[in-house]
Amino acid sequence: MSEREPLLQARGLVKRYGHVVALAGADFELYPGEILAVIGDNGAGKSTLTKTLSGALQPDEGEMRLAGEPVHFRSPRDARRAGIETVYQDLAVAPSLDIAANIFLGREQRRRGPLGFLLRMMDKGAMRREATRHFAELRIGVASITQPVETLSGGQRQGVAVARAAAWGSRLVIMDEPTAALGVKETRQVLDLILQVRERGLPVILISHDMPHVFEVADRIHIMRLGRRVAVVTPKTHTMPQAVAIMTGATPAELEQAMTTEEPA
Amino acid sequence: MSEAAAGVRPQALRALDLGRRIISTPTVGPLLALVLTMAFFTLKSDRFLHAQNLSLVLQQVMVVGVLAIGETLVILTAGIDLSCGTVMAFGQIVMTKLAIDSGVDPLPAIALGMLACVAFGFLNGGLVAGLRLPAFIVTLGTLNIAFALTHVYSKDLTYPPGSSGASSLPSQMLFFGRTFSIGGGDWTYGVVLMFALYGAMWFVLSQTAWGRHVYAVGDDREAARLTGIKTSRVLLSVYVVAGLMYGIAALLFVSRTELGDPNAGQSTENLDAITAVVLGGTSLFGGRGTVIGTLIGAIIVGVFRNGLTLIGVDAVYQYLVTGVLVIVAVAVDQLTHRRRL
Repeated sequence: MSEREPLLQARGLVKRYGHVVALAGADFELYPGEILAVIGDNGAGKSTLTKTLSGALQPDEGEMRLAGEPVHFRSPRDARRAGIETVYQDLAVAPSLDIAANIFLGREQRRRGPLGFLLRMMDKGAMRREATRHFAELRIGVASITQPVETLSGGQRQGVAVARAAAWGSRLVIMDEPTAALGVKETRQVLDLILQVRERGLPVILISHDMPHVFEVADRIHIMRLGRRVAVVTPKTHTMPQAVAIMTGATPAELEQAMTTEEPA
Repeated sequence: MSEAAAGVRPQALRALDLGRRIISTPTVGPLLALVLTMAFFTLKSDRFLHAQNLSLVLQQVMVVGVLAIGETLVILTAGIDLSCGTVMAFGQIVMTKLAIDSGVDPLPAIALGMLACVAFGFLNGGLVAGLRLPAFIVTLGTLNIAFALTHVYSKDLTYPPGSSGASSLPSQMLFFGRTFSIGGGDWTYGVVLMFALYGAMWFVLSQTAWGRHVYAVGDDREAARLTGIKTSRVLLSVYVVAGLMYGIAALLFVSRTELGDPNAGQSTENLDAITAVVLGGTSLFGGRGTVIGTLIGAIIVGVFRNGLTLIGVDAVYQYLVTGVLVIVAVAVDQLTHRRRL
């Protein structure tokens, strides 16, 4: 398989809500090992696109392929089963449970033997060891893996969510505005984490409207406008004002078309 | 004015903070409250600390204690179950009337009585989890439904009819009221069952994935759903298991009073169960608490009722004290919750 083959690909996605067209034939490609940022004005369809990719919404038209195979996600559960994990902006963690419990929430490991089989007893030790390993890999520093998540800062909490996604996402991780609820310093931590996730070989789809952050971490930038992908640019070939100009429609369409052929180096 | 306030406030705040920290440590606060309560009644009455009396406290606690296990589960999910007492009353009328009036064999009658309670749990859970109705309103409704059904089905009679005298209830229904003697106290098998149920529920909540999901759903239902937990199923199962606990409590009630009583569970049991849970440190906001705390809370309630009777306080004042207790416990919960935010 060549490097140029997209890992996740969508063609002609259409999603309508009554008379409102949220996606008007959107295309999408994510390549292995990259951080792809998705930007767009409010109502440009970036959130609808992400929800479609993560299985939360089903498109009216269009097709999706994962590693070349056609896929149809009927729920986030389907996408998760296919190895696509999502990190949400609103810190989807259980605050009173500890870090290890959160990493394994919904995927608890049971003990071997009759204790696990008959009494359904969890293997807390194994889950703690695994969780510690994931945290070490992503270089997230916490005092103890058995700390309740509510004792962590917002950035560390989002770190737990990212670590969970990275631990279970075998194909790719979608991050939907992961820093929107965070302060400056905490945002910094999460951005570093996103880079760590890519380092581990997992591609990341980053939805954000924070241009400086997008230009800092993204390899490529997918620009949505009026329910379509109007361009894919890179931080090397375009400046922030140029990207914003495309996003708002200030730059004419002919130019945009030329840019969509851009592929990762 | 502000200067004087500034001088006093930090110290007051620090004291308050220390108090909160002790209280927010699970089971330490409840345990301390229990010890203080017991010390108080030991000073006030020399009969209090006798094995005979303590075993009586536990016998009195056993019904509320088992109700409170179910109530803990529901409150852990950030819900509330106001129907626990009247559902139990319905269950005990079903089992005793079936056995006495309809001639159903004792064990099937017990099973059907418990099933009636489970059915109420299913109804509560279905409405809360499926239709996403607020638990407070749903269980206020089922409280009244169970109350009405109890009186309609019992025709306002006790089973067996008439009051005191040798009970004609089958021996299977009275088993858990039987006593055995250890250290001068009379302990019932029902008390043993209550402790066993607490042990089992502690295990389930702390050692199984289901228990963890109960906490996660109570913490933040949407976050739990996003991590892939089937939150509706967890919620439904919580109310069903709570219903089963009320059914077991119904059997314990019958074994203790040797009577199916349509007027049971209407006042003290309902509030006492909720009081036990909150006194035990379980947060009404959900996601925090332990059944061991609830056990201590239930014993505190029992000690209060027993102790106040011993020192000759009128029964009406016991309501007053329980009312104050539950409000104090909720206030502590509110304060610690605000501190966390």
